[in-house]
Amino acid sequence: MAYRVFASVLCGLLFGVGLVISDMVNPARVLAFLDVTGAWDPSLAFVMGGALIPSSIAYAIKHRRSRPVLESQFHVPENRTIDGPLVGGATLFGLGWGLVGLCPGPAIASLVTGRWEAVLFAAAMLVGMFAYRIVTSPRNAPRAAY
Amino acid sequence: MSDLNFVWPLSGGLLIGLSAALYLLLNGRIAGISGLTASAFGLTGAGISPLGLGFLAGIVSGAAVAFAWIRHADFSITESPVLLIIGGLLVGFGTRLGSGCTSGHGVCGLARLSPRSMAATATFMIVAATTVLALRHIVGGL
Repeated sequence: MAYRVFASVLCGLLFGVGLVISDMVNPARVLAFLDVTGAWDPSLAFVMGGALIPSSIAYAIKHRRSRPVLESQFHVPENRTIDGPLVGGATLFGLGWGLVGLCPGPAIASLVTGRWEAVLFAAAMLVGMFAYRIVTSPRNAPRAAY
Repeated sequence: MSDLNFVWPLSGGLLIGLSAALYLLLNGRIAGISGLTASAFGLTGAGISPLGLGFLAGIVSGAAVAFAWIRHADFSITESPVLLIIGGLLVGFGTRLGSGCTSGHGVCGLARLSPRSMAATATFMIVAATTVLALRHIVGGL
């Protein structure tokens, strides 16, 4: 477990540095990318394109391996069905992302600036995740008849 | 912006992709920040995940190092508390309901050609762009 946590920290470090270098932590930059009819800033397309290079190589390597280095098996979702929750969730997320310009990674990274705006956004994001947990908890799911 | 404005986003993107690549090959998992955040705070129903906590600690530390030595935090976030709260709630709830965000669906899902991630990425990109369009060009600046 210790090695896996260490690997998580290492990956998190790379991710955090990447978010700052790419300026994904800057909501104004993100909103300018999303503002396709205004003064469009294409730079985040380079972030996405750049990220897909190592990521695609890794998924190609995965196909030749039976297991990851530090785990007994891969934990990659097999589901290929496009359903209501997927599209509905992506819609709600897109709405929130377009309103503020922060997605989860940058929301976490921008906490280190110590700004109240970043803290408030991240807190609201956690409340939103908690709300989803409550809504989908077994207590609220349809119960089987005994 | 200078003419070389692709260098920063491209190198940052490569690092994000390297992170996702290593996380897959070492820990066998998707580097999706919404899922990792929920797991770090015990909001997935599987308890508090040390892997999620480690990843988040890494993001925060990496960002701190990069802000200090590479690129200063010279940006602003909207100062409207209402917008921040509504936006945060939507991002938190939406990413959980939709099983991922920009990293999980965007970076990892597109790389593995997942139909669900392609649909999700197209959806949140279009909705976000439409939201910006509505706010900036129809309702007027916020």
